[in-house]
Amino acid sequence: MTSRIRPAPVRKSIFVQAPQARAFDVFTREIGQWWPKSHKIGPVDVERPIIEPREGGRWYELDVDGTECEIGKVAVWDPPARLILVWQLTPDFKFDPNLVTEVEVLFTPEGDGTRVELEHRDLERFGERSEAMRETISGPGGWPMLLELFGEEAKK
Amino acid sequence: MANAAQLISALADPTRRAVLERLKEGPRPVGEIARGLPVTRPAVSQHLKVLKDAGLVADKSVGTRRIYYIDPKGLGAMRAWLDQFWEQALDAFKLAAEAEAEKAQKKDDE
Repeated sequence: MTSRIRPAPVRKSIFVQAPQARAFDVFTREIGQWWPKSHKIGPVDVERPIIEPREGGRWYELDVDGTECEIGKVAVWDPPARLILVWQLTPDFKFDPNLVTEVEVLFTPEGDGTRVELEHRDLERFGERSEAMRETISGPGGWPMLLELFGEEAKK
Repeated sequence: MANAAQLISALADPTRRAVLERLKEGPRPVGEIARGLPVTRPAVSQHLKVLKDAGLVADKSVGTRRIYYIDPKGLGAMRAWLDQFWEQALDAFKLAAEAEAEKAQKKDDE
């Protein structure tokens, strides 16, 4: 019963019709243009998220009232090919300095565009924050939403 | 650990969703889960096995009974959440990157 659970990382891959350097820039410097507005931390609306373009840089959310909410850090800044971000948000979108999970993003030229591969790993560390997990699982964004979502998917 | 496809197929079945709904209220033995569901008890056991394999449900022995519960460390829900989150985020990123690239292309053409 006490065996540790090591979930596989979440992996995503997408092809974008844009040169490698531009893809990297849009992902980082222009993250405010595409980051889903629904995924926010502060109580007020989000102005935009910001990734400071350097190793050790902050990754935070700038709110419309000027508040800054931490999301994580930049662990590796290696344009235009590689980026490792540290994600420190619990599943209920609260910053937890003790939660450290990595998001690695690779940008590889492919044909006339760029292959972008994302890996979010160290997911077992979310399990150590089981209090937040419980809240999320039972909260409106947790099980009810997921079940509804999969229900919709199942109808297709 | 379950992959996303396993999770989706585990949750795609309405009976299994009903089983999970039951377990949301608290740990239950098979008999109690089966009560009120339009399927046999062996069928419920089978569904529980699929949910267990997907990392959504765990079980433990209490005396002679086997109790099933939603696995808080199973991370199934969290994985599904992250999976969906990044899917949505990357789709939005693709749109933004391609719009930018197109703008730059037009500028070069002028």
